[in-house]
Amino acid sequence: MGNKSELVAKLQQDILLWQGFKPASAASAERIGLGAIEDAFPGGVFPKRAIHEFITLFPEDAAASDGFIAGLLSSLMKDGAACAWISTSRRLFPGSLSSFNVEPERIIFMDLATQKDVLWTMEEALRCEGLAAVVAEVDALSLVESRRLQLAVEESGVTGFILRKNANRTASTIATARWQISPLPSVLADGMPGLGFPRWQVNLLKVRNGVPGSWVLEWSDQGFLAVTQPQVQTGWQNDEQRQIG
Amino acid sequence: MQRRYVSIWFRQLLSDWQLIRRPELSEIPFVFAAPDHGRLLITAVSPLAADAGITLGMKAADAKAICMGLEVLDDKPGRAEKLLRGLAEWCIRYAPIVATDEFSKDGLLLEVSGCPHLWGGEKSYLKDIVSRLKSKGYTVRLAIADTPGAAWAVSRFGKVTPLIPGGEHPQALLALPPEALRLDEVILARLRKLGFYQIKSFIHMPRSVLRRRFGEAFLLRLAQALGTEPETLMPVVIPTAFQERLPLLEPIRTAAAIETAITRLLKVICDKLRAEGKGLRKGILTGYRLDGQLIQVTIGTSAPSDNAAHLLKLFQLKIDQIRPGLGIELFILDVPRVDDLQPAQEAIWSAKPGLDDGSVIRLLDRVAGKMGPQSIHRYLPATQYWPERSIKNTFSVSEKRICDWRTDLPRPTEMLAAPAPIEVMALIPDHPPCFFIYKNTQHQVVKADGPERIEREWWLDEGEHRDYYQVEDDRGRRYWLFRSGHYGSDQPFKWFIHGFFA
Repeated sequence: MGNKSELVAKLQQDILLWQGFKPASAASAERIGLGAIEDAFPGGVFPKRAIHEFITLFPEDAAASDGFIAGLLSSLMKDGAACAWISTSRRLFPGSLSSFNVEPERIIFMDLATQKDVLWTMEEALRCEGLAAVVAEVDALSLVESRRLQLAVEESGVTGFILRKNANRTASTIATARWQISPLPSVLADGMPGLGFPRWQVNLLKVRNGVPGSWVLEWSDQGFLAVTQPQVQTGWQNDEQRQIG
Repeated sequence: MQRRYVSIWFRQLLSDWQLIRRPELSEIPFVFAAPDHGRLLITAVSPLAADAGITLGMKAADAKAICMGLEVLDDKPGRAEKLLRGLAEWCIRYAPIVATDEFSKDGLLLEVSGCPHLWGGEKSYLKDIVSRLKSKGYTVRLAIADTPGAAWAVSRFGKVTPLIPGGEHPQALLALPPEALRLDEVILARLRKLGFYQIKSFIHMPRSVLRRRFGEAFLLRLAQALGTEPETLMPVVIPTAFQERLPLLEPIRTAAAIETAITRLLKVICDKLRAEGKGLRKGILTGYRLDGQLIQVTIGTSAPSDNAAHLLKLFQLKIDQIRPGLGIELFILDVPRVDDLQPAQEAIWSAKPGLDDGSVIRLLDRVAGKMGPQSIHRYLPATQYWPERSIKNTFSVSEKRICDWRTDLPRPTEMLAAPAPIEVMALIPDHPPCFFIYKNTQHQVVKADGPERIEREWWLDEGEHRDYYQVEDDRGRRYWLFRSGHYGSDQPFKWFIHGFFA
């Protein structure tokens, strides 16, 4: 019997490995700076060999997601690697990325005409081992399309981020994690005037083999900063059933 | 190496072309005419019209009187030159250097040194050219000789054989009339007046005598025909240093066959490039179709490459643009642009990934090949404050920034392409708005920072300065707003939204 449970454990470990999760032993060494959020993933490690999906309905959400992704890129691109940003209607201002510790000139922007071109280019880019990450802005993503992207990711190990503008939450994709980032009022110490660090409500709506959750994060000059104080729940997290896939 | 030249003379270029387009004209005599000093002068004559006694330079009205039912067609200036150029490009299949005849504008000159043996000798080479052109509908006369001048002369005036063996062109010229030397009408008239009806009657005269009588130009033409003076041809398409051709035994039509052909060409050309230490930057594949059309596809790389597999991938993206029609019988791969290849250093451990990583360069080549190079952008900081001009686009992956990115001034993560007007309630003179409406949504401003005044660069454009504010509304959404100019003037929209902060 012991042999059997060992085998099952081994198989589970293998599946996790294929899905982009490193074994737990390597986790402590490779933190990405997300703090408590990383514990939501199996083994406590942020899956790099995976597709992450961000739902952005409003431009304010898109800006917050851009900031959050830029924060992740700062650690993914730490060793001088490049990144591709694929879009049909890009509003990202490259100059702003430097405040998230990302060198904007190491990002290659590909501005294309159609959604089909974006998906083709994203698949090609995900197959390219020289890139650290690929960010693509798409309207909608079908299961088949997402599966192709996942296969490309498994080959090369590039992290894929998808900014999805379509609100259809029931659309099932093969993404390892589904996020929703929305802005929260910033807080300044001692009632000082002006604006504080950008602060976000980070909702991890879906994570494969992990525990979804909701956190409040801030981006300080050094990196992500978890905010522990209780926050007012925003968005559509409470009133609807969350889908865990 | 002994140089050999072929001269092709299209005897009735325009009328042949017209007959190909309108075969129904083969029974009717027709001429081309162009207006000259208020009358129509004949510029080209069809064979049937020529039989009726119509010659070049005749007035169209006279010709109509001579020949009943003569059709007079309009001649556009430059049509013959255009036609000749197309034929010259088609003839590149026979030799790399093809020039149009600048003297009489009704023929082609080919430098064919080292080419005829590929067709099994000069005789079958000439035969192939004649029969191919004839099958298309062009009547030609041609000749091969050691000099362009001799080939030109024999093709037009030769009566014995078009094939002048090496070194025998002076003898072949002897019996020809002086017109065969490509001379001006003035000199020809003088020669005829003196009774020189054949070249042999003056060719042995002392040069000083000939120069005094007929001038330097005459001596030059004579020397060019004899080969004592060099004559350079101006090729219609300048052959590139790296070129590879693949004649096909049978015309091909399928994508798979085209791909095989490209693979073969690339293999040879990449070996050549590697031997010279060069890499391809631009490649042009030309396909010669059975119906005489040329089809071209072009690829470009962002870094020199001699990797046949990578270049094949770039061509694969374009194969669907190659329309084979009835079939393609010849492929030519030109490499007009090469760069020195940086020898890759053998790495013990894999190199640090980055923009100049090989796989990234190959990705960019593929995307640029399919989507167009204008779709790829990379931005560097510019030394300007005006937000729209604070970044500049660069086309190269290797260009370094000349100044640092600024992090001390807040800039929005998402910026609108053009600022959008908003309705605002704000205290004057320089308070941030306390309330604004954007896209029918009301925003109560809770926190704000600013203003940051950015002046317009007056040497670049005119207009008001901008006072930028960062604001945060009651739900925590952060915006970048600005007021254009000062209060006081009566412009309808003073406030704009320009971006969204993270």
